[in-house]
Amino acid sequence: MTSSNPQGSRSDGDGTALIVQATDIRKSFGHQEVLKSISLDVARGEVVVLIGPSGSGKTTFLRCLNHFEKPNSGVVQVNGHLIGSKQDRSGRRVDASAREIARQRAEIGFVFQHFNLFPNRTAVENVMLGPIKVQKMSKDRARTLAIDQLTKVGLSDKIDTYPSQLSGGQKQRVAIARSLAMSPALMLFDEPTSALDPEVIGEVLTVIRNLANDGMTMIIVSHEIGFAREVADRVAMFDDGQIVEIGTPQQVFDRPVQARTKAFLSKVL
Amino acid sequence: MLISALQFNTTFFWHELLKPSSGFLGGLWRTVYISVVSQALAVIIGLVVALARRSTLRVVRGVAGFYVWVLRGTPLLVQLVIVYDGLAATDIYRFRDLSLLGVSVLASVQAAIVTLALNESAYMSEIIRAGLAAVDVGQNEAALSIGMTPAQSLRHVVVPQAMRFVIPPLGNDFNAMMKNTSVLSVIGVPEMFLITQEISSSTFHTFEIFLDAALYYLALTTIWTFIQAWLEAKIDRSWGIVRTHRSMLAAIREHFQDSRTLGLSRRA
Repeated sequence: MTSSNPQGSRSDGDGTALIVQATDIRKSFGHQEVLKSISLDVARGEVVVLIGPSGSGKTTFLRCLNHFEKPNSGVVQVNGHLIGSKQDRSGRRVDASAREIARQRAEIGFVFQHFNLFPNRTAVENVMLGPIKVQKMSKDRARTLAIDQLTKVGLSDKIDTYPSQLSGGQKQRVAIARSLAMSPALMLFDEPTSALDPEVIGEVLTVIRNLANDGMTMIIVSHEIGFAREVADRVAMFDDGQIVEIGTPQQVFDRPVQARTKAFLSKVL
Repeated sequence: MLISALQFNTTFFWHELLKPSSGFLGGLWRTVYISVVSQALAVIIGLVVALARRSTLRVVRGVAGFYVWVLRGTPLLVQLVIVYDGLAATDIYRFRDLSLLGVSVLASVQAAIVTLALNESAYMSEIIRAGLAAVDVGQNEAALSIGMTPAQSLRHVVVPQAMRFVIPPLGNDFNAMMKNTSVLSVIGVPEMFLITQEISSSTFHTFEIFLDAALYYLALTTIWTFIQAWLEAKIDRSWGIVRTHRSMLAAIREHFQDSRTLGLSRRA
């Protein structure tokens, strides 16, 4: 257990300690219902790992949390903000403007399966871009900050290297540094190691593990069961657009209650 | 008399090639600046039209699509006559000679730049649209994830990357545009082709003077090929694709060795 927060499951914890409150999220693509009423609360400093078969809605749920996908219904609150919407003067919920959504997203780091580094910028320029353009930081300060972040992920020797000359593990670490440079309140990881060669998965997991030790709030979609067992405070098992089981890694991995969890674990373990 | 007119006048040919008259040089200059100004305007208008075609509003998409459909679907020559003579004949708009920043611009030159820019912008919008589409959607999402607005993402992330896909076909179009300025002679723009015609009819050295004109057009497009190769190498370098810093000459040489554009590849 690596979280700085000593309690176990805190889905009913008090509102101020909750970084994420997702309530009754539903999402359909065309006629296909991908998320069927998903609710999840995440406390400050908590690490939640989402597992489940492909197509079960893990990634779509993650993308609803920073408004990459707009839920058909339900409420997402991150760090006290209603994501993608705001209240007008009469207290009704209305869509937030692009600028407001951007400001909300700046507090939420997102790490992609395929890194999505800017190929025309060096590692340090990738990390500097957000602070300069979004936070209006001076170039000198942004560069210092970026070098700091790259050093934290173990890439102080790759500062001026272009993505095309980095390995997959190095690219993903730059991508994590790029998110961290915005000082997010929450980090979302969408299968951060799925596109990596086996020998470099460890270096990325180490970076994520260090973040957990520093108390970063994280939601991680992952197939790395061993890693989930070690780093997660809670594990949520997704199947067919629902969370079918949620609990500590011991509960979910060692004493699963649901048949669908048992069936899934028997395939991946 | 007849026989001497049919003979190739070598002296005249070389003289006009190496020491062209001021009239010819004026035509050459107009050809160059009309092309450059029109192309620059076309890129700006084309970017706006390309973005409009990606709009979430159906009306905006429709208007932009209509614009491209009409301008690509009608001949430049017809557009020229409509803009210059047609608008004047119906008293809608009459181009007049202007003095811009101390430089006088002929009415026909203004009409030429407007028409060429509009015509070319339709083609540019398609090139830019393809360039924007070639940038992976993950790039836009990465930009949004660090808190950029869609407009910031476009400006700082998507458009700069689209340039790499846009420059090669843009260069191709500009090459065509420089040669297409010759049709401007129909509305009386004193560019290189019209001047050449005038010299031809006053001297009867048709073959010599048009051969000179051809060589000048070839020189213009060749210089542009160099500039384009340099631009492409510069963009590649900014992507970290070329590892060592190369001279412009080396970049050009490599470009020709790669594409064998002029067939002088392996001789160097």
